Amino acid sequence: MWSFFHKLGSPPWLYAISGSILRWLLPITLLALFVGAAWGLLFTAPDFRQGNSYRIIYIHVPTSVVSLAAYYIMAIAGAISLIWRMKMADVAMRATAPIGAALTFTALLTGGIWGEPTWGTWWVWDGRTTSMLVLLFLYLGVVALYEAYDNKEAASKACAVLSLVGTVNIPIIYKSVDWWYSLHQPASIKFTGESAIDSSMLYPLLLMICAFYALFTCCLLMNMRAEILQRESRTGWVRKLVASKGDS
Amino acid sequence: MYFDSLQAALYMDGHGAFVWAAYAITFIVIGLLLLTPERRRRRILRELEGEARRATGAPQSPAEGA
Repeated sequence: MWSFFHKLGSPPWLYAISGSILRWLLPITLLALFVGAAWGLLFTAPDFRQGNSYRIIYIHVPTSVVSLAAYYIMAIAGAISLIWRMKMADVAMRATAPIGAALTFTALLTGGIWGEPTWGTWWVWDGRTTSMLVLLFLYLGVVALYEAYDNKEAASKACAVLSLVGTVNIPIIYKSVDWWYSLHQPASIKFTGESAIDSSMLYPLLLMICAFYALFTCCLLMNMRAEILQRESRTGWVRKLVASKGDS
Repeated sequence: MYFDSLQAALYMDGHGAFVWAAYAITFIVIGLLLLTPERRRRRILRELEGEARRATGAPQSPAEGA
């Protein structure tokens, strides 16, 4: 168990294992995204009340769910890098921020595009949308804060603190649809009790949620690989890697 | 397939523009998310290769010029 954590902190091991994971995870992810999108767009019946605009659910819900999950990853990685000064946790924290920002942006945008034909508005300042906007700014804040510091060690610390402080926003996002009942509908999928969604719509949605989790994992690993190379560019193993590339 | 024709699938009873735009934007974002780190990684590897070549002295590729 401990040796696993020890390995997790080793850049060459992480670089190699992430490369071999990506080789099979990336094709599966792309296939799942393609199948899920086609399924949701073309092979499901329209919602009896919303019509066809509801098809946006197959990208809106997965991007929202994963943008929240990504925040956990970022905050936990930030905490680990603060407490144990683990280099690779810091790399993971910084690799997560731009992905989370992109997913939150997509969730907000697809929500707006869904809202216009369905409820007649692109945007409302209600609990869910506003707290998601705050989430976007938290992600962008972490990216910008790191760039703002010349001393990168201080920058990492500041980013970790910001991401930890930002976690207060997460339960607000979850509970917002129950606390402030407004335009945004409450959760359709429940792990306990009956889901408020027909299984013909639930299966493609679950596939898309899994696909976006896999996509997040791929992007995280790819970002980390680039960051590891940059940080470790003066070390022996990277030199060896570069040299072996030159031979081939 | 739910729709009778390609036109029906594109039009979606008036919602087509919204739905297809949302999917198009999402897939553009996915493309950028996947391409950006891979391009960065390749650029770093290229730079390090160039550095290694300069360090050893002799230019090994004619593209290097001089």
